[in-house]
Amino acid sequence: MANEKVLLVDDEAEFTSLLASRLEERGLRVETASNGAEAVEKVKQGTYDAVILDLAMPGMDGIETMKSLLEKRPDLQVILLTGHASIEKGVEAVKLGAKDFLEKPADLAKLLQKIKDAKTERMLLVEKKIEEDLKDILKSRGW
Amino acid sequence: MSQDPHRSAEMAEITSEPGLEKTQFRYRRLRKYSILLTSLVALTPLIAMTIINIYQYQKALKADMLFPILRQVSNTRHSLSSFIVERQSALELVIREIPFEELRDQERLAGALSHMKESFGGFVDLGIIDSKGDQVSYVGPYNLAGKNYRDQDWFHEVGLRGVHVSDVFMGHRGFPHFVIAVVHGLGEGDYYVLRATIDSDMLYRKILTQNLRPTSDAFLVNKSGILQTPSRFYGAALEQCSIAMPSYSTNSEVVELKDSGGKPYFLSYAYIEDTPFILMETIQPESFMENWLTVRNNLIWFLSISVILILMVIVWGSYHMVGRIREADLKRATVLHQIEYTNKMASIGRVAAGVAHEINNPMAIINENAGMVKDILSVSESFPLRDKMQKHVDSILTSVERCSRITHRLLGFAKRMDPHIEEIDLDQLLKDVLGFIGKEALHRNITVNCEVPGDMPKIKSDKGQLQQVLLNILNNGIEAVGNGGRIDISAEPKGDRRVEITISDDGPGISRNDLDRIFEPFFTTKKEHGTGLGLSITYGIVQKLGGQISVKSSLGAGTSFTVALPIENSAIRG
Repeated sequence: MANEKVLLVDDEAEFTSLLASRLEERGLRVETASNGAEAVEKVKQGTYDAVILDLAMPGMDGIETMKSLLEKRPDLQVILLTGHASIEKGVEAVKLGAKDFLEKPADLAKLLQKIKDAKTERMLLVEKKIEEDLKDILKSRGW
Repeated sequence: MSQDPHRSAEMAEITSEPGLEKTQFRYRRLRKYSILLTSLVALTPLIAMTIINIYQYQKALKADMLFPILRQVSNTRHSLSSFIVERQSALELVIREIPFEELRDQERLAGALSHMKESFGGFVDLGIIDSKGDQVSYVGPYNLAGKNYRDQDWFHEVGLRGVHVSDVFMGHRGFPHFVIAVVHGLGEGDYYVLRATIDSDMLYRKILTQNLRPTSDAFLVNKSGILQTPSRFYGAALEQCSIAMPSYSTNSEVVELKDSGGKPYFLSYAYIEDTPFILMETIQPESFMENWLTVRNNLIWFLSISVILILMVIVWGSYHMVGRIREADLKRATVLHQIEYTNKMASIGRVAAGVAHEINNPMAIINENAGMVKDILSVSESFPLRDKMQKHVDSILTSVERCSRITHRLLGFAKRMDPHIEEIDLDQLLKDVLGFIGKEALHRNITVNCEVPGDMPKIKSDKGQLQQVLLNILNNGIEAVGNGGRIDISAEPKGDRRVEITISDDGPGISRNDLDRIFEPFFTTKKEHGTGLGLSITYGIVQKLGGQISVKSSLGAGTSFTVALPIENSAIRG
């Protein structure tokens, strides 16, 4: 379980591909999406340790995308990436369920740290969920 | 620290308003009209009433003064008239009762004269003149027997009218006297005349019986203005009187005249019936004037003081009123100006924000590209120009960071240009901000304790900017404390108008020297990755929000920032 799997969502294709290769170089598994709808599709199909999401995108913007992502996967770890849009928007996003927030252009080391934190948290959540599920199964079996 | 040079520009713009001079003139005109109109309305009736009053007073006082004078003149005229009529009647009685033959007798005539002298007084002599004008008989102190009067006017007049009262004259006798002559018919057109001389001093004495004021005068004149009795101021008897003859009237009259020096005086006069005499009395209006002047002066004083007081009130009121209007206008103009300015700044802000956003994306790409190159270089040890390349890439990355700082500032500026005031629940706001940065604190095992009392008032401020302020301070704190550190946040109301938020950490603290410079722009202790702008921007925002920020710190014990904010925020400017 060493390799974190992340989904990179940004309308700037060049940016996503570059960041993806840099992250891959550091041992991460990276997939990219160029808009909100694509991201939602990908999340439906696979599991990610973290979704790195640009706040300002044409069409479905970051907040909207995040809302629909969380609808599908409430335990999803969303790290918002923004060109210092506004603190207010960031705070709003965190209130709506984002796990973390990073300013663009991002410091790669910081990003990696945040991805690692996100994975740890997700693992905790997953373990908890499995525990609960197990408890439920055991209960239903009469244990 | 001048974070906003646009504010001084704004002030300059307001004071150099181009229409201001014209407006100044407009207010001056408004004030002038206000003063003029109010004065006119207030003072006209007052002045009119005073003038009417003065006129009425004068009239009443004059009437009061003239009435006794008229009565006196009237009385004197009566007594003079009856004096003459008495003597005329006596003569008529003598001429009717004593036959002509007897009167021709000197002794009989002397007897009649002495009777009349006794009964009436004033008679000097008596003479009988026949129709030819010869004085046929005479008794008296002068030797006038045999004198002929045929050619004299009075003789003709008495022949025609039956009676004659003469002017006062000196004649042969050498003292002022006048003559009364009566006629008696003898039948067949023949007649004779009884003529008596009367000492005019009697008339004078009659006049003197009234008590005259020292400045008054009373005398008789004849119809040609010759004094018939002595006067105080207008000459001796038989001199020409300087007063022009007043118009004829059957009653006593008063006229106001002016003497040669232009001084006014009153002349009261009466024509004495069937005689050539006119009684005149002059009165200097001094006593009357004295009363009158007191009254008039009082009235004028009253008027003057009233006018001054009214004018003072009007002028003060007008200045005050126009000043208030002007103030209101100015305030409105300033507000309009400010709105316009704020709008302008807001649009500039929005443009700036857009530009910053647009630049950030390509910046991120440059950043990633450079990072990529750096990554490649780090794994390809055999590359010959590796070190040189590394240097260039680092330079690109530094420049990107600089650009990022610029857009950062541009966005901050844009945000400040477009403030948005709303009601803020500080408790909620702090929770939001903590949620935002909570991850990092959590991962680094930092305890964050936030205490906001339940009765915390809501404040009016710009939410986004306040979040920025708290975030900057909290980020500072998180950076300062090590893993496992502690940050305490508390908020409390200070009086009715302010609230205070205190954020304390248990980090290493800040040295005295650094503390003094902590809010200066580009001052940083984080050598590698600090911009040195965070706290200076924070300082600027807090000031903009009408608050104050202060910091306390001691080495080894931690640092504490306090942000004081107004509850009602009217101070926020664009």
